[in-house]
Formats: sequence, C-alpha cells, structure tokens
Amino acid sequence: MKNFLQKIKFDQWKAWIYLLPAVVLLLIFTVWPIFNTLRMAFWNGYGLFKELGGELTFEFGIKNFKWVVGYGGFITCLKNTMLLTVLTVPISTILALVIAVCLNAIKPFQRFLQTIFFLPYVTNSIAIGMVFEAMFNIVGFGTTMPSYGIINNILGVFGMDPVNWINAGSSYWANIAVLTVYIVWNALPFKILILLGGLQSVNKQYYDAAKIDSTPRLRVFTKITVPLLSPMIAYVVITGFIGGFKEYSSIVGIFGDDMQAVGGESLNTMVGYIYKQLGANHEGDASAAALILFAIIFVVTMINMYVSKKKTHY
Amino acid sequence: MADKLMSTMHEKDMQKVTAMQKVTKILVQFLLYAFLIVMALIIVFPFYWMIISSLKNTAEYRLPVPTLFPQEIMWGNYLEAFTAANLGKLFMNTVYVGIVSTILSLVVTVLSAFAFARLEFKGKNALFAALLATMMIPGELFTITNYVTVTKFGWLDSYTVLIVPFLVSVFYIYLLRQNFLQIPNELYLAAKVDGTTDLKYLWKVMIPLSLPNLISITILKMMGAWNSYVWPRLVTSTDDYRLITNGLRDAFTDMSGQANIPVQMAAVTVVSIPLFLVFIFLRKYIMKGVSRSGIKG
Repeated sequence: MKNFLQKIKFDQWKAWIYLLPAVVLLLIFTVWPIFNTLRMAFWNGYGLFKELGGELTFEFGIKNFKWVVGYGGFITCLKNTMLLTVLTVPISTILALVIAVCLNAIKPFQRFLQTIFFLPYVTNSIAIGMVFEAMFNIVGFGTTMPSYGIINNILGVFGMDPVNWINAGSSYWANIAVLTVYIVWNALPFKILILLGGLQSVNKQYYDAAKIDSTPRLRVFTKITVPLLSPMIAYVVITGFIGGFKEYSSIVGIFGDDMQAVGGESLNTMVGYIYKQLGANHEGDASAAALILFAIIFVVTMINMYVSKKKTHY
Repeated sequence: MADKLMSTMHEKDMQKVTAMQKVTKILVQFLLYAFLIVMALIIVFPFYWMIISSLKNTAEYRLPVPTLFPQEIMWGNYLEAFTAANLGKLFMNTVYVGIVSTILSLVVTVLSAFAFARLEFKGKNALFAALLATMMIPGELFTITNYVTVTKFGWLDSYTVLIVPFLVSVFYIYLLRQNFLQIPNELYLAAKVDGTTDLKYLWKVMIPLSLPNLISITILKMMGAWNSYVWPRLVTSTDDYRLITNGLRDAFTDMSGQANIPVQMAAVTVVSIPLFLVFIFLRKYIMKGVSRSGIKG
C-alpha cells in the first residue's frame, strides 16, 4: 500500500516534469501577456509618458480606451475591417458552397480540379498580394502611354473603361473591391475543402429518396444539401468571421506596409492599427485596441454560435 | 389487345422520358464542367501571371497591351532578385528558424501531450481546459506584451526571438493528445509490466502510431516560418535575422526609379515555389491538418 502511494506521488511530479517546458513557456509568453495587456490597457497613458521621458503615474482608468476610440483613428480601422468582413464572408461562403456542390456532382477530373481549387491555400499572403498588386497596377501612371494592367485589359474586352484600382488617387471603393477579390480568392480553398468533405460524408439515401420523388434540383439543394451541411457552413462562417476581423497581411501584400499610395491611415484594419501603435511605443493604446478586438471577436463568435445552434440540423 | 397497346405506349413514353433525362444529364454535366473550369482558370490566373511576368524584361512588361507570353525569356531577373533582396541569406535564415523551431516544438508538444493523455496528476483537467481557453484569444493580444518582454530580455535581432516565443502551440498539444488517447491503455500497462520506461514507450509505440499527425504539425510549422511576416519585422532590423517574406516588400527599383516589377515577381516566384513543392508531395498531410485546425501556418 505504501509502495502504491509512493508510486502515485512519483507520478504526480513526473507529469509536471513532462509538462515543464510547455508550462514555463506558456507562463512567460501566454499567461503573463494576458495580465500585462490588461494592466497596460487600463494604465492611463502607458507608453506615451515613457516615450516623453516622463514618470509613469500609477493611475488606472479607461483613458487609453477613450483616446483610441475618440482620437486614435481606431474607428476608421474598425469600419474598414467590418466592411471587408461583411463583404468577403458571405461572398466566399456562397461561392465555395456552389463550387463544392458542383465538384461533388462530377466524376472525371474531380480530384484534379479539387487540387487546383486548393492551390491558393498553400501560398504566402504577402507574396500573392504583390501579384494582385501587379495585376491591378497601372504602369507609367500619368504618362501618355500607360499600361493599364492585365485586369483593366481584360475588363476592356467587355467594354469597360480602365479603372484606377490601387494607384495614387484611387477611390476608396476601388481599393475595397481589389481587397475583396483578393481575400475571397484566398478564403475559397479552406471553405471548399471543408464543405466538400461535408458533402462527401452526407448519406446518399436522402438523395435517392429525392430522386424517387423527382424533386427539382434547386429544391434538393435548399431542402437537403444546405440543412445537412449546416454544421460545416456554420464552421466556415465562424472561422471566416474570426479571420476577417484579424485581416491585415492581405492589405500589406497589396498596398505595402505604410499604404502610402492610398492615403495610409484610411485603409488600415484593426490589427494594423494595433501594430502601428506598438511600433510607435504606445503599448497602452495598442493593448486597449487589442482588448476591443478580442471583445468584438468574442461577441461575434457567440452570436454566430447562438444562431447556428438554432439553425443547424444535426 | 387494349392492354397490350397500353403497355407499348407506356414503354414508348418511358423511353422518351429516359432520353429526355439523358439529354438533361449531359447538359447539366456540361454546365458543371464549364463553370468549374472557368472558376479554376480564375483561381490559377494569378500564378500564371506571376510566372510569366517574372520572365519579361521591363520594356515588355510596360507594353500598353500586355503579352500573354514573354517574347524574350529573362532568367536574369531571378539572379537580380537574389542579389537585390538578399534572398539567399533570408532563405538560409528561414530554413534555420523553421527547422530548429519545428524540432523543439515537436519535443515540447509530444511531452505535454503524453502527460495529458497518459499520466495522472492533480488539476489535469482544469489545466487542460485553461489551455484550450487561451485558443480563443487573438494572437495580437499576446504580441504586444511579448514584444516588451523580448526587448527586456535583450533578444531583439537574434534567432532566439524568432523561435522561442512560438514553441508551444496549444492546438498541437490538443491534436496530439486526442491521437494519444486513441492508443489503448492496455498497451501502456503491458509495457509497464515489462518494465519499459515511459520515454521508451513514448518513443517506440506512441510516436510511430501518431506519425501522420506529427508530419502534419511539422509541415504547418515549417510553412508558418516561411510565411511569417509581422513578428520578424517587429523584432529584427537587419538581414542577418530577417525571414524570407520580409525581403519581398523591399524596393526593387530600376535605374529610372520606377518599381522593377518583373524582378519583384521573380522574388515572389522564388518564395512561392517551395510551397507548391511541399503541397504537391505532401498534399494529404496538409489537407488533413488544415481541415482539423482551420488555421493557416
């Protein structure tokens, strides 16, 4: 018996030895940041005073939040992020659903096409962002013989006048359009993979039953496919929203770090704002903005889960 | 007689209907393929444009009507990209950081997953739940403090700063723990009776049985190093430690001061090709890891 108890005790500390590296690293790089970010966010003027060489006052409050929301340009970033999310999540989800259903309905070349549709996933978002920049870019802007870029040339075939998409003086909506195209292109593979996986695991009996009743295709789609896929659709929508609110690298890819050509600030996102404040040594403001971002993601995820619980059929 | 007539009419109708069905089916299949091929072309086009642009000279690139294939193939652009952006050094940095962080991360992950799956200790479930809860928090929230921390540690401009803060991934621990739990406990107890040590059991039984997941983790971790951009930009200031993606946004300008886009596209191609190769050869593991995690890199 004594031996057995000793054995248990030994097991106790043995487990902690196995966990030691992970726990130490997590304490430093995960647990401490949670507390410290809260501390800096609610510590009035953290960072700014330090930069000016002043003494830090030990005063807690919501001054950083007020500054971020009131003067810091955060609201613009919030609006941009929201707009991009609201545009790209529905477009990419519906398009992915249609592509997945079509892929599921064919036999020859199914795997080949599936592989092609997965290609954008294994890319570097900065690198391919630069390719999109090159495709929309007007070379020799302002000269008599500019090259309007391949996209404008393709649109010209359909009779459209060249548009200034991303160069200096381009409109906000043109920029948003380019970003939407890029983000949707980038988001499709993951969504197609998940939805196609879902489709392939759907019980064929439902479709056979529909065939016997000669149900129209559209009705089969809305009454059988979508309800049976609803857990997967909910999953891609939730991850889409989370990813959308954290959008940043696609903008850097197309417009560069400082987004100079398009007026810098006006196109930034929430994550971009956090990094900008951090780069300027305003840790307090960066922390406040990060907490707001966390709160938004948390609330949106909760709403999504609540809605999907009511709407999904398992 | 009437009966027979009825049945032949019926048969004819049936034949008509099946013929109609066949035509519709072919038409639908045709439309499906047409749609999918158009979409596939749209998906692939940026890659095509990247590669042919990287092989054009600047004069051809600036033609008002772009050519769909380079008139003269300029391999020199690649050489220029390597020298202008110091891609060779950045490539070596990335490979080094990727390999070291993958190995260390695998060790840490395997040990903790084993503790959570097989060992009994107080507060195990509470600790595991707390770990899972941290997955909800966006990474940017950690980055702010971690930047302050690594600055205090004096780690700026080093390989350490690129490797250590990201060694533990709660998601990988979770993934591997689930895998370990599927291995029957009887195997473990039998090994104990035989006097096998835990480490030997881990090495001889558990690791081989969860190899597919370990490969998925390795690929995702390597791709993470290859694609990381924000953190290296924040904590490094010289090419000695910067990673490959950081070199892409360097100015590639020609003598007239305009951006030399063909050279830029050559650099972009250099960064993209290893990812394609990984994808072609290890597609199964990537897709498996991705569909479970939903995270990129």
